[in-house]
Amino acid sequence: MNCTKCKTKAVIGLPRHNAAFCKGCFNSFVHEQVARAIKSEWMFGKDERILVAVSGGKDSLALWDILLKMGYRADALYVNLGIGTYSEQSYAKVMKFADAVAISHGAKLHLHTVEQEAGAGIKELAMLIHRPTCSTCGTIKRYQFNRVAIEQQYDVMATGHNLDDEAARLLGNVLHWQEEYLDKQSPSLPASVEGFAKKVKPLFRLSERELAAYAVLNRIDYIVEECPMAKGSKMLQYKEVLNRLETESPGTKQTFYLGFLDKQSKKQPAATTMTEKDRAVLHPCASCSQPTTADICSYCKMMARAKAHAAS
Amino acid sequence: MQVQLSHPTRTVEVKGPKKVKDLLRELNLVVEAHLVIKGDDLVTEDEMLYDQDQIEIRPVISGG
Ligand code: SF4
Ligand SMILES: [Zn+2]
Ligand SMILES: [Zn+2]
Repeated sequence: MNCTKCKTKAVIGLPRHNAAFCKGCFNSFVHEQVARAIKSEWMFGKDERILVAVSGGKDSLALWDILLKMGYRADALYVNLGIGTYSEQSYAKVMKFADAVAISHGAKLHLHTVEQEAGAGIKELAMLIHRPTCSTCGTIKRYQFNRVAIEQQYDVMATGHNLDDEAARLLGNVLHWQEEYLDKQSPSLPASVEGFAKKVKPLFRLSERELAAYAVLNRIDYIVEECPMAKGSKMLQYKEVLNRLETESPGTKQTFYLGFLDKQSKKQPAATTMTEKDRAVLHPCASCSQPTTADICSYCKMMARAKAHAAS
Repeated sequence: MQVQLSHPTRTVEVKGPKKVKDLLRELNLVVEAHLVIKGDDLVTEDEMLYDQDQIEIRPVISGG
């Protein structure tokens, strides 16, 4: 297989684009897709400060790498969940990337360790407060990400969600007709109230396979092992089904998700309605002043319960 | 050839020569969910693999 652009030997075929690329042309392709995503969804400009959520996995490290190479001002936050060897290894990968690549671009890595603040890792914490590990984890990551973004005055938070993540989530929402979640599936969510930072997903045009290829080609050492809690998750099942369809008919995932975005944008300015809706129900948490719909936000409630249990 | 697989990590022996596409099919793996790495290099589905090659088939799907 030869590169569609320069006719040298290709390293990856992209059936959904009817193309194959060598390393150089593939990197240009990836940067073009990200540039297009940033522009079409008004994500951020060259002088805005971006906070990338990194996990040590391929998507988030690739995102950090891409943004830095495109000349954006991107720092990162790593939340250490305290899940045994998985957390140790992912932490090591993040540190390695920060030292080898990010520092030379003048970028900074912020760290938050769950154990330090909560007195236990995420699994123990979830058990203590009788909630599923992944939902506890989600609350903590969202909270810390937003807190650092607001405190350190970043203009926007960026996550490594890719086309597969978004297509699988859309499939889940459609299968259960969770229409109320559809508005939140935009790759660019505005800062809805004072205290909530803007959130964007610059990788939504790239598939999981393309991002893994980007990491391998650019020698980004990421954690291939999964978080042990992800095993058997619904998301994985949806992704598997979508990838079977994709292999049979290339372009299925992009037609599904990008087609959805297209329809949403024609329907109504979803972003504004959501902002208005949020404004009507959100106010500062009585304890930490981050935005919430209750008096005390779910993070503070969780921490209070964990501390009460630990004390008794 | 030696083929390294993940989830769980294991190595299987497969007889070459064989095209990447056929190797994946034989192991019942979907192209869209995997990358094939020969030595340190990514290879396309039409690449021919031989007995002396070190191959890694890396899953690209994550559950988060
Ligand atoms: S799988 Fe669950 S516990 Fe693991 S990182 Fe994802 S949300 Fe957190
Ligand atoms: Zn080329
Ligand atoms: Zn609070």
